[in-house]
Amino acid sequence: MEQNRGPIGQRQRCSSGLTTKKSSPPPPILLRSNQKMSSIGTGYDLSVTTFSPDGRVFQIEYAAKAVDNSGTVVGIKCKDGIVMAVAGLAADGRQIVARAKSEARSYESVYGDAVPVKELSERVASYVHLCTLYWWLRPFGCGVILGGYDKDGPQLYMIEPSGISYRYFGAAIGKGKQAAKTEIEKLKLSEMTCKEGVIEVAKIIYKLHDEAKDKAFELEMSWICEESKREHQKVPDDLLEEAKTAAKTALEEMDAD
Amino acid sequence: MDLNLDAPHSMGTTIIGVTYNGGVVLGADSRTSTGMYVANRASDKITQLTDNVYVCRSGSAADSQVVSDYVRYFLHQHTIQLGQPATVKVSANLIRMLAYNNKNMLQTGLIVGGWDKYEGGKIYGVPLGGTVVEQPFAIGGSGSSYLYGFFDQAWKENMTKEEAEQLVVKAVSLAIARDGASGGVVRTVIINSEGVTRNFYPGDKLQLWHEELEPQNSLLDILNAAGPEPMAI
Repeated sequence: MEQNRGPIGQRQRCSSGLTTKKSSPPPPILLRSNQKMSSIGTGYDLSVTTFSPDGRVFQIEYAAKAVDNSGTVVGIKCKDGIVMAVAGLAADGRQIVARAKSEARSYESVYGDAVPVKELSERVASYVHLCTLYWWLRPFGCGVILGGYDKDGPQLYMIEPSGISYRYFGAAIGKGKQAAKTEIEKLKLSEMTCKEGVIEVAKIIYKLHDEAKDKAFELEMSWICEESKREHQKVPDDLLEEAKTAAKTALEEMDAD
Repeated sequence: MDLNLDAPHSMGTTIIGVTYNGGVVLGADSRTSTGMYVANRASDKITQLTDNVYVCRSGSAADSQVVSDYVRYFLHQHTIQLGQPATVKVSANLIRMLAYNNKNMLQTGLIVGGWDKYEGGKIYGVPLGGTVVEQPFAIGGSGSSYLYGFFDQAWKENMTKEEAEQLVVKAVSLAIARDGASGGVVRTVIINSEGVTRNFYPGDKLQLWHEELEPQNSLLDILNAAGPEPMAI
């Protein structure tokens, strides 16, 4: 039943291998500005090669809105690995994943070693950005959270439709990203193992899900850590069940107050 | 005997790369020949690719120089993108890419050696066809033929820096004694976590081997001189 076809956009890349270390600390977990009031482009939004008088490229902002309307995706870097939860859909994601695979393959065939996560995320970001430069291409309508394990340990990157890419300790995109980010900031990630992280992330996703507004959802999680032998895999079923149960219990406790 | 001064410059050569406990030692002779004429008797065959990776060149002088130049250029860009020094493995693979893809046109055997923080000291041999093989030590060039047996006996794991360098100097010196296309001085480059050290051993200061004569002022002196030293191991 679980055909994780949909959430591939928010899939993670895995590379076991070398190099790369981003020395500067990642920016705090905040993303785009909230555009609650939708400003109309009125003529300046017809093409991605048009600037508005106030210096905005509306097509890129609309692309970001496409992401905001999709289900929430959360990723966190624990002290020993990465955990990502997927609960949404992104059609363009498949294309990005194909490109990421191709870039990783090409790096390996030229340099003879697995692609460092930083390098891969920069190449994917470059490709996403490319699609914002020409009028005959449209920007990608999906964000990517990319997690991997290379010679410098586990790393988490996020790439937005504009082509920006940063390294994060925790990241969220989609509908409930603001709330998710608030929850993530409460966690002490540097002291958390991946096993604990799985439970925490499940709790966050369940918390964000509004029974009234949203449709029923299916929680999928994947991770890359020592326990998964530094390979990307779906979180094992028993741990996933444990996480779901813990999350539901936590919700009930909250409601009971 | 015709000199054929128009023959392409070849570095007959003896080149060696050896790992030790903490880094690598690269060594080479210094003779560049054009047919029978020694075009350069003090060449430097150990070329820098990055701060932490060097390559020993043998075979066609031109081919090996051009390959080194390309790889230095690629590695420079790679270092900028990566944000940190390139690894020895990546350097060796770039050399291999050029050597393999242009195998019909190139005639150069290379030994890549260096130090990086992930793997420590590493030596990679890239012989004629473009194979790349990681080895604890590698020898190359025309002079290396005379060193296979020597290394079988003298090589050991986890040498100290001094032992490794002495081994390299001795080996190059032995090869120079037997190979007409190798000669001149012995140059060594030591690469480890602390950095790079270049050393120079002039030809006339090297140990004399079996049947090698002392430098003479006059041939008449031979009649009065003592016999040559027996070979020492």
